[in-house]
Amino acid sequence: MSIANLNGGQQLAVKYFIVAVVLFVAQILFGMLSGIQYLAPDFLQGVLSFNVTRTVHINAMIVWMLYGFIGSVYWLLEEESEIEVVGLKLGNLGFWVLTSAVAVVVLVFLFVQTGPGDDFTRWFVNEGREYIEAPRWADIGIVICMLIFFYNVAATFSKGKWSGIAGVLTLDLVALAGIYLAGMFYTTNISVDQYWWWWVIHLWVEATWEVLVACLMAWGLMKTLGVSRKIVTTWLYIEVALMFGSGILGIGHHYFWIGTPEYWFSIGGLFSALEPIPLVAMVVHAVYDSGVRHTKGNNNPALAWFITHAFGNFFGAGVWGFMHTLPQINLYTHGTQWSASHGHLAFFGAYATIIIAMFYIAAQYVRGQSSFGPALLGNGWKWKWALGLLNFGVVGMTVALLISGYEQSFIERAVGGSTWMGYFAAQIHPWFVQGMQWRMIFGLITSAGIVLLVWDLLTIGKHPAVEKSGQAQTAS
Amino acid sequence: MSSNIPWWSSEIFWKKTAIWVTGVMFVVLIALTLNTLPQISVGSERVPAYSVINKHIGYEFNDERNFQVPVIGGDAPLFGKVLSEEEAEALVTHGKKVTQGRNCMGCHTLLGNGSYFAPDLTKAWLDPGWSSEGEREQMMIDFLMHPQENARSFGSGRTMPDLHISEDEAKAVIAFLKWMSSIDTNGFPYNFTVIDKEG
Ligand code: HEM
Ligand code: HEM
Ligand SMILES: [Fe+2]
Repeated sequence: MSIANLNGGQQLAVKYFIVAVVLFVAQILFGMLSGIQYLAPDFLQGVLSFNVTRTVHINAMIVWMLYGFIGSVYWLLEEESEIEVVGLKLGNLGFWVLTSAVAVVVLVFLFVQTGPGDDFTRWFVNEGREYIEAPRWADIGIVICMLIFFYNVAATFSKGKWSGIAGVLTLDLVALAGIYLAGMFYTTNISVDQYWWWWVIHLWVEATWEVLVACLMAWGLMKTLGVSRKIVTTWLYIEVALMFGSGILGIGHHYFWIGTPEYWFSIGGLFSALEPIPLVAMVVHAVYDSGVRHTKGNNNPALAWFITHAFGNFFGAGVWGFMHTLPQINLYTHGTQWSASHGHLAFFGAYATIIIAMFYIAAQYVRGQSSFGPALLGNGWKWKWALGLLNFGVVGMTVALLISGYEQSFIERAVGGSTWMGYFAAQIHPWFVQGMQWRMIFGLITSAGIVLLVWDLLTIGKHPAVEKSGQAQTAS
Repeated sequence: MSSNIPWWSSEIFWKKTAIWVTGVMFVVLIALTLNTLPQISVGSERVPAYSVINKHIGYEFNDERNFQVPVIGGDAPLFGKVLSEEEAEALVTHGKKVTQGRNCMGCHTLLGNGSYFAPDLTKAWLDPGWSSEGEREQMMIDFLMHPQENARSFGSGRTMPDLHISEDEAKAVIAFLKWMSSIDTNGFPYNFTVIDKEG
């Protein structure tokens, strides 16, 4: 590994990427533990009960994805602005502070787990609100580190060159960080609590994160395929208009049943139903550009993951989201395995994929290769199998969860009236249990994919195969 | 060449569109938020005051709205003790903080949001599983304090872990659950069977 030929921003990006990969592995590990607990409820009960394993599973996911995004932005920052990162030292400090904070939070989740119903618990142990369980002190630490990151980005672009991508990215980061504040207060009123909680969750994944990855996609298509800047920039503006145009009010699909007034049925139903449009547009864009260039890029694994992102985003968020977004359907599917099915395909398809693409772009530079193509050792079998196993595994889990979800919405919700007994009637039904079993089988396939992915990232391009021209390369 | 680009595919047109669309949508969201928040403040029609725990709470079909809505009835003080507005708020607040501190949402859904490993708690107070209204309070205390001994998991083998909930904490949690069951959730959960209304 020769980090020396990277620019300053890229060196910092690699640090973020390494932590991201570690947390990705942790996410899968704890996902497997949670999944096992569905089938063997006594497994680790009382030691690492389901609420602990699940909390680590989803928090590791949120954090590794944020690390992936931050790393990606640092990666392209100097190239895009054409100057060195402003305040890089501070940025490095921010990385270490954030990483220490994350480590402490994980240890507290694992070893302290819960606390009494007082303010100390919320400040230092667990906030007990899904996805943003991190205690308050950590929230504040995260905000400070995000400000440092934002300072690096904004100051660098201001001093260097502004581009369309730079502008969208900078404004999007303001929104992304600002929205996090909506989740940083306590209220006993659970309706108001969940109202703002959804600002963080929904306005992140269906608005600001989507725009962030649209920026990465724009940059990535220029990078891997050489699409012209004018085309990707215009396209990026179209994406932003469609995404924010539907996604901001699309938040209404979470305001059907939390106490909020009935008018959210129409607003949430209508605007969230439009959310798939920008995702279709992105598929068209990516596929068209690849087709025009006969998918001849200089980094095949990255390009493959960018394309997977376009499709994964469309299916996971667009199709799977649409399936349960109308109130008439959501009444029965709300809070069932349907949500889990959609959550898995959407987070993987939309976000894991594009960050993995960025990992591969970084790997190419770190290994100092002019291309990741046919010259890879074994024709690049590792990245191809990792891609295949991860996608097959997650799609399989998604379908298994959907089958359980159908069963649950019929038996618990429609027939059983959602009582305690109705809930368990659905949980012990063979169709539900089989779904859970298949989820574990595909979970194992996903796990195999991640092992291969990590192995590949550690080794790709280290020992290039003999070039087609026949001249031998010196092994590093 | 650039003169050949029609206005609808020009960069500047879409840049302006993006800015305007985002701005308008955000302003509309703020306006809707300002309209919604008062309607879900504690003491509003949709989200009753905390002292509702002094009353009987039902969940009955409403012909006009075509789904079940919470119905606040006569006096039925929780644990037999009428609380003032402040006392009720303090108790429900403690209960909500216990649910956050013990990470209940790590297994359950509340108002349908959370995890799917255990039953939804939105109308847990009204669940027919608590035998009858007369036995309910004691059964809930026993369950929360000793979930392993009092498990009712209908052959799934899934039990709630012992979260070392004290009696005071259990009572506070029950107050929170009772208050939550009075929130108007637009008919979610649908077709729910209310305690003492079976058959
Ligand atoms: C990449 C983008 C997206 C991601 C990562 C994502 C992820 C998620 C997750 C994890 C949940 C479950 C939240 C919970 O734990 O309670 C959820 C809920 C939901 N999502 Fe998405 N989503 C995305 C896009 C969409 C889109 C585009 C739509 C609609 C077209 C949609 C519709 C819904 C609905 C209706 C729910 C509520 C489910 C319920 O009632 O339980 N999502 N989403
Ligand atoms: C080996 C693979 C995996 C297994 C066995 C697994 C298992 C689980 C389990 C058991 C839950 C709890 C669901 C519940 O509350 O009932 C969960 C939640 C979740 N997992 Fe995974 N998971 C895996 C991989 C992933 C991946 C790759 C992603 C995304 C990149 C992901 C994202 C999520 C999300 C967003 C939730 C919350 C869903 C919601 O609340 O609706 N998981 N997972
Ligand atoms: Fe959403």
